[in-house]
Amino acid sequence: MTPILEVKNLNRRFGGLKAVSDVSFAVTENQIKAVIGPNGAGKTTLFNLISGALPVDSGQVLFQGKPLQGRQPWQIATAGIARTYQNIKLFPGMTALENVMIGRHSRTRSGFIAGMLNLPRTWKEERDIREESMALLELLEIAELADSEAISLAFGQQRAVEFARALAAEPNLLLLDEPAAGLNMQETAEVARLISKIRERKITVLLVEHDMSLVMDISDEIVVLSFGQKIAEDVPTAIQQNPEVIKIYLGDGDDA
Amino acid sequence: MKRYLPLFVLLALVVLVQLVTSWTHTTYYLTQLTMSAYYSLVIIGLCLLMGYAGQISLGHAGFFAIGGYLSATLTTHNLVTYQDHTLIVLLKKSGCLVAGQDLYGGQLLVVQPWVACLVAVGVTVLIAFLIGGPVLKLKGHYLAMATLGFGTIVYRVVLANRLFGEADGISSVPPFPLLPGVAVSGGFGARVSNYYIAWGLVLIFMILLINLINSRVGRALRAIHGSEEAANAMGVNTAGYKLKIFMLSAGVAALAGVFLTHYNGGIGPSEAGVMKSVRYVAIVAVGGMASIWGALSMGVVLNFLSLRGVFGSYDDAVFGVILIVIMLFAPEGLLRLKLFTRLKKLRGGGQ
Amino acid sequence: MSFELFIQYVFAGLTYGIIYAIVAIGFNIIYNTTGIINFAQGEFVMLGGMIAISLQKMMPLPLAIALAVAITMVVGALIEIVFIRWLDRPSVLRLIIITIGISILSREVALHIWGESVRALPYFVGNEISAISILGARVSPQVLWVMGVCTVMVILLSLFFRYTLTGQKMQACSANRKAAILCGINARNMVTLSFMLSAGIGALAGCVMSPITYTSYDGGPDLAIKGFTVAIMGGLGNSMAAVTAGLMLGLIEAFSISLMPMAYKDAIAIAILLLILFIRPHGLFGRKDAAGLKEF
Repeated sequence: MTPILEVKNLNRRFGGLKAVSDVSFAVTENQIKAVIGPNGAGKTTLFNLISGALPVDSGQVLFQGKPLQGRQPWQIATAGIARTYQNIKLFPGMTALENVMIGRHSRTRSGFIAGMLNLPRTWKEERDIREESMALLELLEIAELADSEAISLAFGQQRAVEFARALAAEPNLLLLDEPAAGLNMQETAEVARLISKIRERKITVLLVEHDMSLVMDISDEIVVLSFGQKIAEDVPTAIQQNPEVIKIYLGDGDDA
Repeated sequence: MKRYLPLFVLLALVVLVQLVTSWTHTTYYLTQLTMSAYYSLVIIGLCLLMGYAGQISLGHAGFFAIGGYLSATLTTHNLVTYQDHTLIVLLKKSGCLVAGQDLYGGQLLVVQPWVACLVAVGVTVLIAFLIGGPVLKLKGHYLAMATLGFGTIVYRVVLANRLFGEADGISSVPPFPLLPGVAVSGGFGARVSNYYIAWGLVLIFMILLINLINSRVGRALRAIHGSEEAANAMGVNTAGYKLKIFMLSAGVAALAGVFLTHYNGGIGPSEAGVMKSVRYVAIVAVGGMASIWGALSMGVVLNFLSLRGVFGSYDDAVFGVILIVIMLFAPEGLLRLKLFTRLKKLRGGGQ
Repeated sequence: MSFELFIQYVFAGLTYGIIYAIVAIGFNIIYNTTGIINFAQGEFVMLGGMIAISLQKMMPLPLAIALAVAITMVVGALIEIVFIRWLDRPSVLRLIIITIGISILSREVALHIWGESVRALPYFVGNEISAISILGARVSPQVLWVMGVCTVMVILLSLFFRYTLTGQKMQACSANRKAAILCGINARNMVTLSFMLSAGIGALAGCVMSPITYTSYDGGPDLAIKGFTVAIMGGLGNSMAAVTAGLMLGLIEAFSISLMPMAYKDAIAIAILLLILFIRPHGLFGRKDAAGLKEF
């Protein structure tokens, strides 16, 4: 199988700290892959490097065989990588529906002139954006919140809106940064169900997560990072047996 | 179409005011209302940039002045001495120049107003494009100071340059023939027609800008205002959008400058002053930043009062006080004070 | 250019330069404790000069200047207390607009008290034609007053921040406001103090420069934009670098007059400001990663 995402010898340092050090792995099409590791292992930095939010020091990220270096985040998003944030970033002053509609931005086209003149194809596109976004809110079972201000919703609901916004971009690859953070067990179970739903849409998922049960349940493969370095990459059952992984998680009495 | 409803109300108001002033023989009010319309045009353009895209500009009087001054210079600067130059001959043949006579019967050769207008707006948009690239990378105080600096440079240049009339500015700018028989000019007989020209222009731009606000682009601009980083990650070319809205807003200001200059028959350096830019920002703030209707209504009311001389020698002070009071007590604008939002909710609940 | 003329330009440049530096330090003091750029900074200079001019008709010049500085400091404190102190986490845009409003108001108040005419304090020593010969150039003694007073101010300020408890408290607030509050420092009072301090040094500069540069109600904004240019050149918040940057800008301006029309002198400072904002917003001397923490 061809990898949809290839990370090759990726490096990024902050001052003297090596946040990501010589990390390589690949994600194959329609896979659910998880990146785990203790706090400060460089997981979020890795996401920021892939999505273009941070520049890479050295190494390569290939998406569908093409290098992403030097591309702006919006270009990477348009190429088909969508993401969510650990500390949810919804747009203030906009409704839940509008937030999801922003997600459609990379898949729609009307520009300034067309927008000002409100040409027929523009308002047709706008109508489609609205309908498709509404459908996503329905998929996530939050359709009734469409007109509420997004940032005033409950935490779990905000997370759902952010999910819908990411899905609205019809990504080939979805980066989920700790999708279960701050959620209770029931909500976490729903996230797991949701991620499986996403896979049915032929979307590849790369997620960073702390919640071990969630990761072991849903992922096909797991990459383990520690202090910026990859220390293991395998299927969940093997990761659970891996002595090094057990050492960094159980040895330090962390949250495994 | 719900979003256009207020436009019909505005149109009705415009017509009503004209009728009332002609019945009551107070058509002299139309002069200030016409000028207010042009200033309001600058303000709604700035509102889009500041309120929707979240980028402050303390240099919009600069764009207004570039438009006005270029148009004034082109339509008054006599090219007779160069008339044998190949370029001038070519321009003349293509109809870009008009010949005439000055007050003393001397030969006059100037640029045709339509051409001058296109050049003025075009050059302004080009300048906005050139400075917008680096300026819009800045945020907060830095963006404010950089745009303020740009505005000050424009002011210094018009003040220091012979071509722009130095402290006197440029006068005897000819009328701008829009259509056969209709011209932008301050002539006594043209008062009513010019009132409609100005407000027609405002209406057109209100339609265009309201469409834009409600479009995919408008949504992206608001997203940029909310979080540039997240907007970028959603596929919004933030730098490109900021630059385009900056150019659009500069172009609208320049167009207003061109029309008002023809209407007044001239332009002076005070139009380029920093106080003017601050005033535009003040009015956008009073209108509620992200409210194009608030900006328009406050633009008309405050400019009209100011032009009528209601504030006397306290004109600038009034705008200073407005700025402070609004920012201290109602940073979301007058219309968004708690009282108003409560009223709105009550009304909404009743439906 | 003759050597005498060269020296003449150097003195003119240094005189204006040190004044720009004082205005820049005024910006920095407030910026460091609050993160605010006070657009009304130039008005402090104008107010200091104007008040001293009015007072010196009633009392000896040194007393008038001292009183003018004190009054401007009170004005600075009042501005902070009335307009800034009670705002709950205001946005940057809001603060920009408020301080612009304050700048307009101070100017208008000055206009209605003192009128449009340009005024000046008398020369501290001698009169406008008295001059000292330095390296062949004729230099007004007032120029030496400006340089002397401003230099002493810069030295005293750096001693104040380094060696007094209050100065260190102010520095603590700028380094980490939350931590400073936790250590029992009243951050709000430090903010008021920073407004007073910055108003005071502005006012004193306004007094010593008044005999040479004159004082008018609308002189504030030009000074503010140059002071800001200098603050940016030195790296926002870095007062010692601002002195170097101020002298540089003063010299550049002074020599620009020999190259291009006088009217463009002010445009040069702004062009420099824009250039620096575009290519080195962290300043000529600042470190990029340190500046990265601040909001541009």
